[in-house]
Amino acid sequence: MREKFLLKLVVLLFIISATPSYAQHTEHDDASTELSTKEAEKLERKEYIRHHLLDSYDFTLFSYTQEDGTKKHVGFHLPIILWDNGLQVFSSSKFNHGETVAENNGNYYKLYHNKIYKTDAEGTITYDENHHPTNAKPLDFSFTKGVFMILLTCILMYFLFTSLAKSYAKNGSIAKGAGRFFEPIIVYIRDNIAIPNIGEKKYMKYMPYLLTVFFFVWFLNLFGLTPLGVNVTGNIAVTVALALLTFLITNFTGTKDYWRHIFDPLGDSMPWYGKAPIYIILVPIEILGVFIKPFSLLIRLYANMQAGHIVLMSLIGLMFLFKSWLGSPMSFMLAFAISGIELLVALLQAYIFTMLSALYFGFAAEEHDHHEEAATH
Amino acid sequence: MEKLINEFSIGLFFWQSVLFVLLLLLLRKFAWKPILNAVNSREEGIKNALAEADRARQEMQNITADNEKVLKEARAERDAMLKEAREIKENVISEAKEEAKIQANKMIEQAKVAIQSEKLAAMTELKSQVAELSINIAEKVVKEQLSDKDKQLQLIDNLLADVKLN
Repeated sequence: MREKFLLKLVVLLFIISATPSYAQHTEHDDASTELSTKEAEKLERKEYIRHHLLDSYDFTLFSYTQEDGTKKHVGFHLPIILWDNGLQVFSSSKFNHGETVAENNGNYYKLYHNKIYKTDAEGTITYDENHHPTNAKPLDFSFTKGVFMILLTCILMYFLFTSLAKSYAKNGSIAKGAGRFFEPIIVYIRDNIAIPNIGEKKYMKYMPYLLTVFFFVWFLNLFGLTPLGVNVTGNIAVTVALALLTFLITNFTGTKDYWRHIFDPLGDSMPWYGKAPIYIILVPIEILGVFIKPFSLLIRLYANMQAGHIVLMSLIGLMFLFKSWLGSPMSFMLAFAISGIELLVALLQAYIFTMLSALYFGFAAEEHDHHEEAATH
Repeated sequence: MEKLINEFSIGLFFWQSVLFVLLLLLLRKFAWKPILNAVNSREEGIKNALAEADRARQEMQNITADNEKVLKEARAERDAMLKEAREIKENVISEAKEEAKIQANKMIEQAKVAIQSEKLAAMTELKSQVAELSINIAEKVVKEQLSDKDKQLQLIDNLLADVKLN
């Protein structure tokens, strides 16, 4: 039984190692043009993945090359909102996915590397020595794909949770339907995240934020795993906005003890001449900590979601790159397994963001008992 | 870092902040507060119900204990009453016996006295009758004896002789 299994494994390994070499062999036989097309394909895929990770100005579900050679995009366009000598609003269809120069009220704009630059009628873009465009960038408040997904999530969450709230009123404090699934999660956040970290007395003040941020991040993480191809929580602007809110709430609700802990961490345990040399180092570290805490939040969420998307997209890309009867199913299995893990990561990252936010709120809401100190004096 | 800054989009940041804060405020008012209140009040209700049930059980236990106590007391009272009754009965019987004895003794005593007096009366009557009979006999004898002179003299002699002897 065991030997049979080992034999199978050896055969499998042999086939795996043999297949690519066979593929390469045929490549060498053919003209070098095929190799270059393969390279081009790889580059295209890399570009595709990179493009997917970025926000975009239209909602493209999928695209393909038509018989006449032009690219056909299936999806819908979103409004472009620019602040450039007044408000400029027009549809992203004018860009034709970056292929044409958009004209609005006599101003010309061009998409270059997913960014809007002001240009002239011909769409000329000038570059500096580092190949960065030197064209003016108008303030861009466009209603992008990411914003669209955020809005969708907001609407979904609003209706989901208000209906849950209403079902309590209707059914005598018993949740109904989808609420049966979400209620334990809400109770879990209250009992295992908010109360242990913030404390029985003050947790209610922070609960709305914790719940909103948990479900918001979780839902957007999950949307990121759908074939819609959105990467909202893996976008640095979104995580900055979320972490900034945690930062603001932490510091605006900070008690006297919280600030005392930052500027006078040792308290009355030492006379001032003893503390002074320590504080030269300690206080800057504490102040830095105030900013590093939310910064770690935003980087963690961004990097995790970004990395997950890159890995998943690469594995899916491998399926098409292998073009062999064995390699493609293997990478499919791998992609499938990673998708499963990504589902967990989606929940885990939402949990970590909420948990750490609660922890920081706990520091801010902390109120020491001075009875102990008073007793020793 | 440069890549991160390059990737940072003011527009997305703006929309995210606005939409998220709006969502937060709306959900806080229309969802989280009612949900948390409902959950909390329900938990409070469950806790109260449990406490109530506990108290009811306690009360029930108390009532059973009370019942038991009352029953015990009643039993004890009954026993005491029975005991008392028995005692009373015994007392009554013994008293009755005593009384009867006394009464009997008294009657016997009276009977004895009566018998004695009857006997005495009978004796005296007998005596008087005997005396009367004797006198009668003596009279007859004397009459008989004193019918002739000789005999009277002899009697006198006898009597005198008796006197002399005395």
